[in-house]
Amino acid sequence: MDVTEVKAENADSQSSKKESVKIKVLFFARARDIVGLPSMPLEVSSGSTASDCLNKLVALFPGLEELRGCMVLAVNEEYTTESAIIKEEDELAIIPPISGG
Amino acid sequence: MADDERTTVEILDENNLIDLAKYINYVSAPQAGAIATFSGTTRDTFEGKTVVELRYEAYVPMAIRQIKSICSSARESWNIYSIVVAHRLGPVPVGETSVFIAVSAVHRADALDACKFLIDELKASVPIWKKEVYSNGEVWKENSEFMERRTDLGKMEGGCCRRKVEVSHATKSCCGAKVKVDDDKTQGIVNGDGVKEQ
Repeated sequence: MDVTEVKAENADSQSSKKESVKIKVLFFARARDIVGLPSMPLEVSSGSTASDCLNKLVALFPGLEELRGCMVLAVNEEYTTESAIIKEEDELAIIPPISGG
Repeated sequence: MADDERTTVEILDENNLIDLAKYINYVSAPQAGAIATFSGTTRDTFEGKTVVELRYEAYVPMAIRQIKSICSSARESWNIYSIVVAHRLGPVPVGETSVFIAVSAVHRADALDACKFLIDELKASVPIWKKEVYSNGEVWKENSEFMERRTDLGKMEGGCCRRKVEVSHATKSCCGAKVKVDDDKTQGIVNGDGVKEQ
């Protein structure tokens, strides 16, 4: 996504006076064991990054802290960086160390 | 047929065995002179502990996307005819296959190298997890391939596996030509270093 698109979306969300975005969070493997849920809805303020969402989740489930140094995040089935901006209805997945094969 | 039509990705639900013969059949073709396969099976011990079974789970839609992306990367690096990647979910008892990869190509080097690339990349970037269940406990496993690549996964464009693969093609022969061509009077003998005049 380029800079102009980000600005346009921000302007759009301001004009509709949306101050928060609702997303779905998915937990797998060890993350699911820690949280005790496979998924949950999460509301964060608009403009929040994936990292902001993760901070909020760690505050809700302190056990997730142990995964911070070894997990990755995915948004809408693609790996993402912690600085990615989260949008309405995004699906954020907590991916603990994978072990397929 | 387009490349993506010759790429088959299957994530099998619990209690569905991986049918190796079926998948080898999928990739076999008259124009393919080689089929390379990799089969990952549940081992009976880990560091001295007795393993009862492995239990797999996946973020299925993302796992399928990610495997397809890895298959596209392989096709950019090697001349491949057909690919099958199958991964089983749920409990996989000792001795049974959890993952199977089959690659067909005109020549064996492409099939073998691509097959190795596919399993290495799968272990590094496809969101599938296994819990190792022992007679006296259980543990979520972690692939070293993932830990090495973890910080790069979100940064690469178009997925994690657009990493450049260096393919080196070795010289065809180490000990010169097998055929001595003696047609004209100069009696040139072709060897590995070129033409030697006699």
